[in-house]
Amino acid sequence: MNTLTEKSKTDSLLARILDSDIFHSFIRSPVTVVSAIVTVVMIVAALSAPLISPHNPFDPATLNLMEGFTPPMVANEFTGNVYWFGTDAQGRDIFSAILYGSRVSLLVGFAAVGLAAVLGITLGLMSGYLGGWVDALIMRIADVQLSFPAILIALLIFGVFKGIIPPAMQDQMAIYVLILAIGLSDWVQYARTVRSSTMAEKNKEYVQAARVIGVPAPLILLRHILPNVMGPVLVIATIGLALAIILESTLSFLGVGVPPTQPSLGTLIRVGQDYLFSGEWWIVLFPGMTLLILALSVNLLGDWLRDALNPRLR
Amino acid sequence: MNMPAQTPAPVPDAPLLLVEDLKCRFEVSKPFLNRVIEREPRRWLKAVDGVSFTIDRGETFALVGESGCGKSTVARLIVGLYEASDGRIVFDGRDLGQLQSEAERQRIRRRFQMIFQDPFASLNPRWRVERIIAEPIRVFGLLNDDAAIRARVGELLTQVGLSPADGRKFPHEFSGGQRQRICIARALANNPEFLVCDEPTSALDVSVQAQILNLMQDLQDELGLTYLFISHDLAVVRHMADRVGVMYLGRLVEVADSRTLFENPQHPYTRMLLATIPDIKMEGKRHEIVRGEVPNPITPPPGCTFHPRCPLVNDRCRSEAPHLLPTARGHLAACHAIEEGRQ
Repeated sequence: MNTLTEKSKTDSLLARILDSDIFHSFIRSPVTVVSAIVTVVMIVAALSAPLISPHNPFDPATLNLMEGFTPPMVANEFTGNVYWFGTDAQGRDIFSAILYGSRVSLLVGFAAVGLAAVLGITLGLMSGYLGGWVDALIMRIADVQLSFPAILIALLIFGVFKGIIPPAMQDQMAIYVLILAIGLSDWVQYARTVRSSTMAEKNKEYVQAARVIGVPAPLILLRHILPNVMGPVLVIATIGLALAIILESTLSFLGVGVPPTQPSLGTLIRVGQDYLFSGEWWIVLFPGMTLLILALSVNLLGDWLRDALNPRLR
Repeated sequence: MNMPAQTPAPVPDAPLLLVEDLKCRFEVSKPFLNRVIEREPRRWLKAVDGVSFTIDRGETFALVGESGCGKSTVARLIVGLYEASDGRIVFDGRDLGQLQSEAERQRIRRRFQMIFQDPFASLNPRWRVERIIAEPIRVFGLLNDDAAIRARVGELLTQVGLSPADGRKFPHEFSGGQRQRICIARALANNPEFLVCDEPTSALDVSVQAQILNLMQDLQDELGLTYLFISHDLAVVRHMADRVGVMYLGRLVEVADSRTLFENPQHPYTRMLLATIPDIKMEGKRHEIVRGEVPNPITPPPGCTFHPRCPLVNDRCRSEAPHLLPTARGHLAACHAIEEGRQ
């Protein structure tokens, strides 16, 4: 026993992680391991798209119109090139388009989750700690927002910004507006969760001990309460990432998201569905499958994390 | 600034802490909309209703009473966790309600500290022990050099009977008694003169309780600390306190030296409480049980709040609230029966 405790003290951070409960529960769930690998591979592939994609699908100089509508794994009748996932009407390689598309989807997803989390955590901490009319105000806004579907809020925010931003800027600003729209439509969950945890934490004696020595409220929130309410936030953020990616695709599918010059997975699906009934199924299928697999594996990760961090389910 | 009555210069004979007619009430009304619809008035809970006492330098003053009598609220009012609705708290000649600037408030805060009841909730679970203990040092800017802070934390850990190496650990690696030692080390970190101890041992095993109490007494002798000791455990109070105040429903009913109080309780409530202490000589006899229950503090009984449970009750007790008056035996007691000599 004694040697055991001494050993764990001298071990490195890596060894501590490998020995932790979380890691054990991770290794014991094959589904989680697979979804983690899939997620990591997809993120790495998206990040290194310029390096691994056969060509840049959005550089017109590399496109050959003769290669349009090449089915997957079939040699093109004019050039003899083989494309894994086929090509679209302009002879654009679907595989490359997916790699570049998932970059946009993931960027929007992560940024929107980050925005929603920062906003939600800040408002939730204030609401829970200050209570009174601040709490009432923030929570009533949250209630109102929660009574609309998230996509409606995102569409509304998108519409408002479209009215504000001059048309010439709209294409380059589209991605930021998208992030803002998704982020603002999704903060409520974070705020509610953080608020309830904050209300529980603020009455604990370690917070009172800090108040006795006159630690200012913002520092108490930041240093004492925030680290103790982050567990549930991590879970919501993971599941929220999948939702944000899907919401982005939905918006892009509806045509209000990123412009076709900078397509995301949703844009690719929208473009592809035009050809669905004329027999070119691969244009919509592969981006759709990518979205499905990405959202599913992130979701499974989130589910596992929720169970792993919940002491009652251990 | 005008300082009536008290001078800022410390007077050796003056009490370190003076509490005068302290009141604290909490609103327990229903939400506004329900109140309007159900036509109910706003309701208040008088947690502390006119408490006055003094604590001299170096002594241990204990507040005892059943749960819900307001003893913890008094502790929290003194350290500033709650705001008093009325009354004064004067610490070393300075009225805490009259402090003008935040800097001045910090200077006073530096001189007192608090030890909490639950050692499992009073340490931030995500902080290492050394960071927990160093927090008051950093907040009050007592030391600026990291190495000096670490040395001081090690010193504090040794002082409370732990090892300096324990500073690297997290709170969950310690037992309840060890955690309470960490809490004491944190409370000593800013060299306070006055410690408010809110039931510091009631969450601990009996064997560990004694260790913590002895540690607190040793530290008091060593550092000349003054304690306000809140407890419902009369045996612990008898062991620790120099003077004792007995609280009932937000009021002090009796104040006396520890020995005189335990040997010769005056107020009927104090007698009732003391009768509940198990006594080895009483073996085999049936215990006298505390009669009745504490009334609802939102709607306290009129007159003396103890009258529904009091064996010496008469009509005056039912209509007129008694004041804390000196008795023949040198106690302060709030009881018409004692004043009138009805025993």
